[in-house]
Amino acid sequence: MKTLNAIVAAAATLLLSGAALAAGADMGAAEKQATNWHAIVMFVIFVGITLGITYWAARKNKTAKDFYAAGGGITGFQNGLAIAGDYMSAASFLGISALVYGSGYDGLIFSVGWLVGWPIILFLIAERLRNLGKFTFADVASYRLAQGPVRIFAATSALIVVIFYLIGQMVGAGQLIKLLFGLDYLVAVIVVGALMMVYVTFGGMTATTWVQIIKACLLLGGATFIAFGVMSTFGFSFEALFTRAIEVHPKGGAIMAPGSLVTNPIDAISLGLTLMFGTAGLPHILMRFFTVPNAKEARKSVFYATGFIGYFYILTFIIGFGAITLVATDPQYLDAAKGGLALKGGGNMPAIWLAHAIGGDIFLGFISAVAFATILAVVSGLTLAGASAISHDLYASVFARGRTTEAREVRVSRIASLGLGVIAVILGVIFEKQNVAFIVALTFSIAASATFPVLVMAMFSKSLTTRGAVIGGYIGLVGSVGCVILSKVVWVQSFGFAEPLFPFVYPTLFTMPAAFIGCWLFSKMDTSARAQAERAAYEAQAIRSETGLGAEGAAAH
Amino acid sequence: MTQVSSTQDAGNKIRNNPKFHELVRKRTSFAWTLSAVMLAIYFGFILLIAYGKSFLGSSLSGGVTTIGFPIGVGVILAAIALTGVYVRRANTEFDELNRQIIEEAR
Repeated sequence: MKTLNAIVAAAATLLLSGAALAAGADMGAAEKQATNWHAIVMFVIFVGITLGITYWAARKNKTAKDFYAAGGGITGFQNGLAIAGDYMSAASFLGISALVYGSGYDGLIFSVGWLVGWPIILFLIAERLRNLGKFTFADVASYRLAQGPVRIFAATSALIVVIFYLIGQMVGAGQLIKLLFGLDYLVAVIVVGALMMVYVTFGGMTATTWVQIIKACLLLGGATFIAFGVMSTFGFSFEALFTRAIEVHPKGGAIMAPGSLVTNPIDAISLGLTLMFGTAGLPHILMRFFTVPNAKEARKSVFYATGFIGYFYILTFIIGFGAITLVATDPQYLDAAKGGLALKGGGNMPAIWLAHAIGGDIFLGFISAVAFATILAVVSGLTLAGASAISHDLYASVFARGRTTEAREVRVSRIASLGLGVIAVILGVIFEKQNVAFIVALTFSIAASATFPVLVMAMFSKSLTTRGAVIGGYIGLVGSVGCVILSKVVWVQSFGFAEPLFPFVYPTLFTMPAAFIGCWLFSKMDTSARAQAERAAYEAQAIRSETGLGAEGAAAH
Repeated sequence: MTQVSSTQDAGNKIRNNPKFHELVRKRTSFAWTLSAVMLAIYFGFILLIAYGKSFLGSSLSGGVTTIGFPIGVGVILAAIALTGVYVRRANTEFDELNRQIIEEAR
């Protein structure tokens, strides 16, 4: 208990005064050391293990294929875990459980939306992506099209998604670690940036994969333990859990039904499209399919990933309701000054305090360390995807026009990951006090409106030409970025204008079809000789895409 | 060079193999059908949220648990089940067909 009070005191000091370093010498800081001991020890163990793996991976990393795709020798089960580790962010763990804590049923809308993209990835994308590509999704989009323009488009949208996703993760990491570990925001952001640079630069995809696998196991294990604790408190009866939650929640019975989160049907459908198809266009997720040896393992990866992620979202839901019953009823966790359900440490804390309520100080430390590890795993995957877009797509294929060596390409990739790390730290600091609520809408809208349509058209449409892909893709990219900027989250909340110019939160309902129509229309109108050759090349692509004939194999180690 | 020409040669054999067209037809229609099922389930759920709030909020069996819970969790389980259905058929029927096609192209 002493530890808990100390962590809150430390967090409050940091939040209120921001003078973390100034507080270094007094009693509070001494207590703060004791507080963070569990979390820090466990985190240091995690870092030690992952750095050991990175050292091992660095010695194994010889070729470009080792660096970008872990040699192509990851099994479907391992890749399923790694995908889950790449995808289950701290935001989904803390954010969804916090949403459930605040409004009950509404949290499920996001969980479901973030899961239903996976079957689509399996049915339409995974195997063909694996058969056609080598290291990045741009390999597939540009398979029979002009390398330069298509890769520039693909790398641009990938980098925008990666950088903004990184900003979201960095700001989240800084806030969370400031709170949980009592570290200064800047220190937290630098630690995350430095560790991800080490993992990616030295260990490449092999180290990134294992960081993600370990993190997925820790997060799934920790969340299972919390949910089990909640359910055992209520005799494994959901009815008893819900009854108690309704008793204590200020919204009462309203938490058992959809509430105010989704009111406008157009927003509801657009949100659904964004979550569903955005998942299928995220560059760091698509890149994971090149780490397995063949289409069969790619397919299995999605099955395992869907299972793990779906299970995890069901757990976050139990955790949210558990927090209503076990955290909101305990004054030690509540922020009395704000009243109501407000928690010490802010809106993202329900899962963290529930971990304390269930497993005490040691488990609080464990979950804090897991949250930190979660952020590291996600930013590593993002950084590798961004670095690959720079080195494999922009440098090797566009700038050097294929006239470069593998060794030089990998060196560029390492430099790019260092550069992205530095940029992420700087942007993390700049965005510390900014509203970052737009980031999910922005990144998922771009993925759904620019990446996904071009990828699907490249795989399934014989008529797609370079001109169609590039114009359609940019329509989706510019349209989604523009609409998000003109929507409420940026135009009103960040820029301070009175009324949004784009009335909906998510633009995907309009921009995704626009991109598909753009791809189709400008391909149809394209009568150039190049377009004829590109259409003629579709059959050979289809043979490789469907049968795997000539596809990249596993590395011959 | 020899590898390229042998791949081209195999490509020609595959193009003329009716099993290849059978594989593409079966797998593509299966994949799009399952995608449509997933879309219908999910957007059915979204439309219920937008228009059927009171239905989702009605009691499941007299207690406090509402119909919305099994439906929401059901969408998650349906997503997992559909991937299982696809993987099962792909690992057996489609992979066997694919193996024959590659074999016959040698």
